[in-house]
Amino acid sequence: MNEIVLYSLMALGGIALLFATIIFFVEKKFKVIEDPRIDQIQEILPGANCGGCGYAGCRNFAEAIVKAGNMDTLFCPVGGNEVLKKAASVLGIEVVEKAPQLAVVRCNGSFANAPQKARYEGAISCSFAHNLFSGESGCPFGCLGCGDCVAACTFDAIYMNPESGLPTVIDDKCTSCGACVKACPRGIIELRNKGPKGKRIFVSCINKEKGAVARKNCSVACIGCGKCVKTCPHEAITLVDNLAYIDYEKCKLCRKCVAECPTGAILEINFPPRKTEVTKSNEVEA
Amino acid sequence: MSDLKTFPLGGVHPEEGKYTASKAIEVLPIPERVYIPLSQSLGAPSIPVVNKGDRVKTGQLIAKGEAFISANIHSSVTGVVEKIDEWIDASGYRKKAIIIKTEADEWEEGIMPSDKLNSNISLSKEEIIQRIKDKGIVGLGGATFPTHVKLSIPQGKKAEYLIINAVECEPYLTSDHRLMLEKGEEILIGIQILMKALDVQHTLIGIEANKPDAIEHLSKLATKYNGIKVQGLKLKYPQGAEKQLIKALVNREVPSGKLPIEVGCVVQNVGTAFAVYEAVQFNKPLIDRVVTLSGKNINGGNFIVRIGTPIQAMIDKCGGLPENTEKIINGGPMMGKALTSTEVPVTKGTSGILIFTSEMSHRMPMYNCVRCGKCVTVCPMGLEPILLEKIAENKNWEMAEKEHILDCIECGSCHYTCPAGRPLLDMIRLGKNKVNQLIRSRGK
Repeated sequence: MNEIVLYSLMALGGIALLFATIIFFVEKKFKVIEDPRIDQIQEILPGANCGGCGYAGCRNFAEAIVKAGNMDTLFCPVGGNEVLKKAASVLGIEVVEKAPQLAVVRCNGSFANAPQKARYEGAISCSFAHNLFSGESGCPFGCLGCGDCVAACTFDAIYMNPESGLPTVIDDKCTSCGACVKACPRGIIELRNKGPKGKRIFVSCINKEKGAVARKNCSVACIGCGKCVKTCPHEAITLVDNLAYIDYEKCKLCRKCVAECPTGAILEINFPPRKTEVTKSNEVEA
Repeated sequence: MSDLKTFPLGGVHPEEGKYTASKAIEVLPIPERVYIPLSQSLGAPSIPVVNKGDRVKTGQLIAKGEAFISANIHSSVTGVVEKIDEWIDASGYRKKAIIIKTEADEWEEGIMPSDKLNSNISLSKEEIIQRIKDKGIVGLGGATFPTHVKLSIPQGKKAEYLIINAVECEPYLTSDHRLMLEKGEEILIGIQILMKALDVQHTLIGIEANKPDAIEHLSKLATKYNGIKVQGLKLKYPQGAEKQLIKALVNREVPSGKLPIEVGCVVQNVGTAFAVYEAVQFNKPLIDRVVTLSGKNINGGNFIVRIGTPIQAMIDKCGGLPENTEKIINGGPMMGKALTSTEVPVTKGTSGILIFTSEMSHRMPMYNCVRCGKCVTVCPMGLEPILLEKIAENKNWEMAEKEHILDCIECGSCHYTCPAGRPLLDMIRLGKNKVNQLIRSRGK
């Protein structure tokens, strides 16, 4: 009986010793030398693995930073400047500061502004609906309201507003990773600068149809009249294909265009109310 | 009527609803304005050759098909070009169209449409194909593939059979059925012309068994001609699909991703044969077609409609939209597309307009897949729709390509039969789109 125990122990012990030796030498021979800074930077990164930086995850991004040795083209939208500064300090390099951004829904075709003309009953996904027809309101550029952007957001930063039928971005939660921008089949969502204290002005429409046609489907469509372009003292607004676009880098948030827009297509967000009420006397002039 | 044939794999039996089968073809009056879309056939949109303010005659060329797969478009009325602007079409989007305000009907010189039969085929093979190309003839079954492209057989290939698709397997539609009964003689001459153009000796006309009068009528007429045979087919959807019809009639299988010419067949719709007859014998371009307007609640009919007529004109002719209308479909109920407006014009590909009430127009609620495999059983292409749906849901486009998603003919049998109401065809369509994009990006 004792012999069996003894032999077993010897045999198993021998095998264990043999493998330990092999592992020891293999470990020496095939050691993967990894830059310890990758681990350090990964610790600093938010760990959201959202892919907003363009890499597969935070570790991938950390590897890219170390490999590149500079941060000129790399940016973590979730962590922002603070995190990048910390990461850069590990490498001892400088960071170019980038203004914080935010996803902006450039469609204001709510149930009230763009009444339903047809009812869609197909699979609830914008990418299907986009292939099938121009939308319940008839606007071929407007929001389809099926919520592909909501499904794409990993931060719970967008929800469908049941009153307007449009996606609404929660400013504090949005990390500007850009997942919703890619998900939208119509390219309605854009990443724009957050602005000081969240103040921002943008054209909430991407309809390139002629003014009269666009207005037929939606009362707050951009009709391409060009009034805002003339009004803007900073030359921040351009008009291409019947559609105005405000360059957020040039915009000084003076709000002159907002007052001028005859359809109310330009929105101002997080501004204090005006002292004198803007009279809506200048209705349509298209 | 004995020995009915059919294709072996899959298929479904939707309710027939051929209410308008006994209604003779009527000529719809010319509307006040026609809206002629520039993109009516498969391939590149045509380029307009008229300008705003020009006066055009019926049958005059107004847009030229420049690309290889593209077709000429002719004015369907006499009148003045009001504008070339965007107008809503069956896709649900606004596309470029030529809008013509009509005046008295005056035909372009050289076109002599006539009811008198002309059975003398004087043109040569090349002249026939050129004439078909000039006159903008496209496949009238619904896919609108330019006919002259189909007739130009690639080098090294040989057509053995001309197959005439008179199946009309879509429920409700009766335009081909009526055409066969009323214009049988003309259709057979059209087939003779096609046979000459293709240089083939055998023609098979496939007709489903729910049109016994058409089978009988054409069989009787066909005895006069050499090489034309009418073959009855068992009732099964989607028998009118090219590949299924070839399998049913000559028992040959078109390889994956290839065209019917690979197995020596050319398939043409019966309506196309009639259009070819008119184009070759009377110089008449494709400016009108037979359209069925049908539905349970509407007193429908079969109409000869000028291309570009808004469907509202047809609906008015049938007494206006019934009050409980919920859905209007362009095409058949299986493959057609719901419309968002009655301003949509009739195009070369419009075979029918269906008016549906609420009981017929809703999808069933969606549940989880119960793994019953019905979709796999009914798929006429031998695909696994449920697998393709899952792959598309996971956005695995490479795998979708490997699983032959591009072989799907979008007949909708899987969707129709699914007891859980899964959006199978929606997903597969999306997948096809993405896979096509993938292939295109690879080519660059």
